[in-house]
Amino acid sequence: MAIESVGAQQPARVAFYNNPKFRSVAYQVVLCALVVLAIYAAVSNALDNLQRAHVASGLGFWNQAAGFDISQTLIEYSASVSTYGTAFWVGLLNTLLVGALGIVLATILGFTIGISRLSKNWLLSKVATTYVETIRNIPLLLQLLFWYNAVLKALPDIRDSHKFMGSYLNNRGLFVPEPLRDPGLGWVEAAFAIGIVASLGFYYWARKRQMETGQQAPVALVSLVLVIGLPLVIFFVLGMPLHFDAPQLGRFNLTGGLALQPEFVALLLGLSVYTAAFIAEVVRAGIRAVSHGQTEAAYSLGLRSGPTLRLIIVPQAMRVIVPPLTSQYLNLIKNSSLAVAVGYPDLVQVFTGTVLNQTGQAVEVVAITMLVYLFISLVTSLLMNIYNSRVKLVER
Amino acid sequence: MKRVFGVVALAAAVFVAQGASAQTLKQVKDRGVLNCGANGQLAGFGLPDAQGNWAGLDVDVCRAVAAAVLGDAKKVKFVPLTAKDRFTALQSGDVDLLARNTTWTESRDTTLGLNFTGVNYYDGQGFMVRKSLKVNSALELNGASVCVQQGTTTELNLADYFRANKMQLKSVTFADADQTVKAYDAGRCDAFTTDASGLYSERLRLAKPDDHIVLPEIISKEPLGPSVRHGDDQWFDVVKWVGFAMVDAEDLGVDSKNVDEMMKSTNPEIRRLLGVEGNFGEQLGLTKDTFYKVIKQVGNYGESFERNVGSGSPLKIDRGLNKLWTKGGIMYAPPIH
Repeated sequence: MAIESVGAQQPARVAFYNNPKFRSVAYQVVLCALVVLAIYAAVSNALDNLQRAHVASGLGFWNQAAGFDISQTLIEYSASVSTYGTAFWVGLLNTLLVGALGIVLATILGFTIGISRLSKNWLLSKVATTYVETIRNIPLLLQLLFWYNAVLKALPDIRDSHKFMGSYLNNRGLFVPEPLRDPGLGWVEAAFAIGIVASLGFYYWARKRQMETGQQAPVALVSLVLVIGLPLVIFFVLGMPLHFDAPQLGRFNLTGGLALQPEFVALLLGLSVYTAAFIAEVVRAGIRAVSHGQTEAAYSLGLRSGPTLRLIIVPQAMRVIVPPLTSQYLNLIKNSSLAVAVGYPDLVQVFTGTVLNQTGQAVEVVAITMLVYLFISLVTSLLMNIYNSRVKLVER
Repeated sequence: MKRVFGVVALAAAVFVAQGASAQTLKQVKDRGVLNCGANGQLAGFGLPDAQGNWAGLDVDVCRAVAAAVLGDAKKVKFVPLTAKDRFTALQSGDVDLLARNTTWTESRDTTLGLNFTGVNYYDGQGFMVRKSLKVNSALELNGASVCVQQGTTTELNLADYFRANKMQLKSVTFADADQTVKAYDAGRCDAFTTDASGLYSERLRLAKPDDHIVLPEIISKEPLGPSVRHGDDQWFDVVKWVGFAMVDAEDLGVDSKNVDEMMKSTNPEIRRLLGVEGNFGEQLGLTKDTFYKVIKQVGNYGESFERNVGSGSPLKIDRGLNKLWTKGGIMYAPPIH
């Protein structure tokens, strides 16, 4: 009260530029102006220099014919008709593919290793410790080169391929028969969808019943029958509406079938194995963060160690695990740009590699690539934050 | 408030600073050393030896320019560049001159903002395969996997050639020349493609060079030459005429061994080349005896060729198209007049 009244008595004595409100607004206006000026100066200076050097600028290259070949394409691409724009999408999809699969593999491997490291089994926990300490202390680039050269060197030449069940494994990759649809396969897929919906329904029913009566139902078994068994039965009833296109050995290469290239395998393995070591530590930290009293309480209620881990420890550990886990996912996605080293055609290899070199438009190409990585990372963060808000401690 | 304006002025000054300036010659003279973009991995063209001494046909271009501008062929800082990064390095001013077995093409000359100063090696793209495949022609490569280096004209020619001949191509691209060759050597690809000169050079690095053959087809024109940035005519002229002078010197029979005797020559063309008559070096913004220094320290084009890629080198490449125009080749330089 006293301070207020002092301020109220002498409003006229404070010059306007000493008014804290005015100052705070003024500083922010000046800062914004400076930032805008800096960006404007940088952009116009870059454009000016490019023009002086007679380097083309703008995005006109996007629709020009690319003219180069890409070894792995998820969408239609050919050197003759496709544009630099299409090459960009090919690279982006390849990045997303290796990123998504890498995250799945790294998560499975990381959780397994992290939990193993806490195991009472001496051998298991020492193996997990050795894994973590070895893998995370070797630079990723070296590991990628190791995987690539190990994969290449260990496998036989294409003419001495390992063959099994119509598949071929050699230093050009893994070639498996490609399943092709016959009419009627739609019914099998429909049965699969019905199975998923039905098992979800069963799960909710079983949970409700357990809440009310305490009786447990064999949810896992019933789901398995519904999701796998039902489509299988339909599949055989309809006389197996599926045929396979087996790879054929030509003069140089295998044609037909599905091919898994060694560049892709090396990158995927390298990224997953490396990131899994970090995820393992994150998981271990998360589990350690749950007080031991929780375990003891669960045991004293008569829960065995499996359900204790699944129902008591992990749900509580998740809220410690998820935020650092998000960083590991982001690291994995960003690290996938090391694909350049092993010749996997990801966004960086295709777009900031060949496209940049051919168009010479470093500023545009690099800016686009950075924006794309920023966008992918932000979306990943967003999804993880949504998940985090579900698992975090709900405070009342 | 004054301080704020001061900060604005400072920020403005930082950002308005010039990029690649048009004064390359002056910059090089002031710096006292020439920054030269080179290969670093290709024997015969640009490769440092065990002692770190760079040698090669392209390396000699850098040395010749250094001899002309700074008077000492040793005042060169070599910057090893990959095929992918080379143009950005030149555009951004990291190097004053790019001499890295680079093919002269229309788009590089225009949209990339380069100026090619001439051709120091007439090359063409070829293929190398394993002898055991029993392939005798590039036209038999339908369905083959081909290892190729990224960011090269060869990458484009490869796709063109297979398309034109209606053949299936499986290309595997690497950013790095070493990795490309290693993958081919490991059996990842059936064929390896690059400029023919490069094929002979890379073959020496394979585990068993004798198991591989170079196919007879040359599928493209690859005129390799040094390049500088657009928009600096004086520097462009310097690099261009140093190259021409080396060819003219061979044409006139002047080499590093006889250049001192040749100073007494009565042939007016030789007298002009060596700066005894006229002021041709000075017209470039250099000294009268500019070309004398180049020939004395680096030699003429023929000497450079034989020493690096020809009979005096492990590559033993035939001069072919790169012979002088008087001897059945197409190597020709305008006169110093």
